[in-house]
Amino acid sequence: MQSKNLLELAGAISSGVVRVVDLTFTLSPDFPVIVLPPEFGQAAPVRIQEISRYDGRGPAWYWNNVTFGEHTGTHFDAPIHWFTGKNLPNNAVDTMPTKDMIAPACVIDCSAQAAQDPDFVLTVPIVEAWEAQHGRIPERNWVLLRTDWSKKGWRDYSNLRDDGAHTPGPNPAVMKWLVEERGVIGFGTETIGTDAGQAGHFEPPYPAHHFLHGAGRYGLQCLCNLDQLPATGAVIVASPLKIQNGSGSPLRVIALVSST
Amino acid sequence: MIDPINPPGRKNPLLRTRLPASPPRPRSRTSHGFTRAAAEGRFVLQRCEACGVFAYPAREACPSCLSPDLVFVDAPRRGTLLAETTARVPSDVYFRERAPWRIGLVKMDCGPTIVTHLHADCVEGAAVRMSFQLDKSGQAVAFARPEGETPNMADDRQWREMTADPKFRRALVTNGRSVVGQEAVAALKAAGAKTVFVGVSEPWRPFAGEELLRGQQGIEVVTLDAADEKSAVDLAADIGGKVDILVNTTEYVRPGGLLDRRGTSIARDEVDQAYLGFINLAQAFGPAMRMRGADGINNSVAWVNVLSVYALANWPAFGAYSASQAACLSLSHCLRAELRPGGIKLMNLFTGPVDTEWFQTVPPPKVAPRAIAQAIVSGLRGGLEEIYVGDVAEEIRQRLAANPKALERELDR
Repeated sequence: MQSKNLLELAGAISSGVVRVVDLTFTLSPDFPVIVLPPEFGQAAPVRIQEISRYDGRGPAWYWNNVTFGEHTGTHFDAPIHWFTGKNLPNNAVDTMPTKDMIAPACVIDCSAQAAQDPDFVLTVPIVEAWEAQHGRIPERNWVLLRTDWSKKGWRDYSNLRDDGAHTPGPNPAVMKWLVEERGVIGFGTETIGTDAGQAGHFEPPYPAHHFLHGAGRYGLQCLCNLDQLPATGAVIVASPLKIQNGSGSPLRVIALVSST
Repeated sequence: MIDPINPPGRKNPLLRTRLPASPPRPRSRTSHGFTRAAAEGRFVLQRCEACGVFAYPAREACPSCLSPDLVFVDAPRRGTLLAETTARVPSDVYFRERAPWRIGLVKMDCGPTIVTHLHADCVEGAAVRMSFQLDKSGQAVAFARPEGETPNMADDRQWREMTADPKFRRALVTNGRSVVGQEAVAALKAAGAKTVFVGVSEPWRPFAGEELLRGQQGIEVVTLDAADEKSAVDLAADIGGKVDILVNTTEYVRPGGLLDRRGTSIARDEVDQAYLGFINLAQAFGPAMRMRGADGINNSVAWVNVLSVYALANWPAFGAYSASQAACLSLSHCLRAELRPGGIKLMNLFTGPVDTEWFQTVPPPKVAPRAIAQAIVSGLRGGLEEIYVGDVAEEIRQRLAANPKALERELDR
């Protein structure tokens, strides 16, 4: 690729011919985090503590100390996050190949089904039907599951009930199939977690984590604005913080979308 | 008989809020024997070990036999009002603002004569029941009430200066997710609080008992994650000027000490919730409370902490939790001093294991959350600083006073 193509891309971004869509929620203390049974270790919520704000603590400057768990807000899952990926090479956010941080995306719109059923699961036939319309999912693409879940209020968004969370996600067969038959680079969702809320009862439990990370692929969750992406052709930029041996990180996810 | 107080109307925004003043503070060191008792609602007097005579005020030697062996002991409260007078133009700022102020002379059945503040229903020649109360300076003062109940007794103007009665006041219970918090809300409402604000962190997360709080008359559910600086500040921006009583019901109990835990993430949560949460609440709500200490019928009056009695002595089975509570106890003494200029009382409730899921495997006796809530209200009504709720807390206190080293060994089981 010639460098002038890159410069053309930069020009297209600056002129707006290529739109940059922000797929990220604001990292804030009140954003829901994953809830595990209380006897397990918990993800630390986001905390923002002022160091100074143009005051006696620092007259001319404003800055904060920020703490959070690796899996808070819109965040990235690296293979080392799951036991299936624990022994893979370069499986953490600091060692993963940088080229994996930019990849095209196929967006599967299941917002209608998810509106009907919070426990909606993505299946192989649904993806095959999508392929019949938009073409086969190319290798090393992200598959993003659009459910419009990100538009809900926080209570409906986390949708916790006595028997756990009820949020949409993929079933085991489709995750295995996407990883093995389609070679996806990763799977992304609008919900808290790449898996469905009830995925602990699937076989295997948490199939998105199980199959993606076992094959060295990635997860993105708590995405928003997926409704602004075309079914194909968007390019995702997802570069997590370079945390030493990190299992994931909050990050700014953007999508490049051609407006022509 | 006194007229009941009326619910206060809205403040006139053209008038400056009256700032708190403090009654005289100086006391001898010996006199703090009364402070100690008043903090717990006990009535003590000095009694001579040699001749058995009761003495008042605090002395260094027995007025009867000159023995230096005077000890503070629980004493009978009954006496007779000999004489009363009304100070109409006192020179002290605090009393001048509150004049006319009645004081009297009470002859105790057990001997001494005491100069005392008077409840309005006390009449000369009649029997009275004595107590030591903590005044707005935090110092013990003698207070005489009629021996029996009288109508609207707690509404007495002078008595209300000594107490933190929830009646017509607005309270904030910081954690409505816990049963203790929910019981505290109910108890404060039942005690006549005008409004009980109740903090709920992570409102997207359902919790048991939620229906007891939402949509109830006089209960306002507010978003509050005390461990989050911004959350506390944001809430104070909304209601900071309306919190007359703050009840800190932060509850974060996890078992374990040091060696059987891995890492610091649980300890960090404990510190985050209990200690930093306390700091966030204090910084967010404390200044306005201190400023509103003389703001009419519903002035701000009290800050309440529900603490574990293991703040006083570490229980290794819940060792790290005990340490977080000890940190809060220490901090509470700092806050008490800093709230003092406002006349705000700081009351600590010490409890043994509470009957909640985190003490599930601990054998009884356990403290019922309702008992904690009732103790909060009775402590506020009595103007106390220290309350030990339940048998375990009381026992730990006594064993600690008797022999701290023995208690340390006994808790190590």
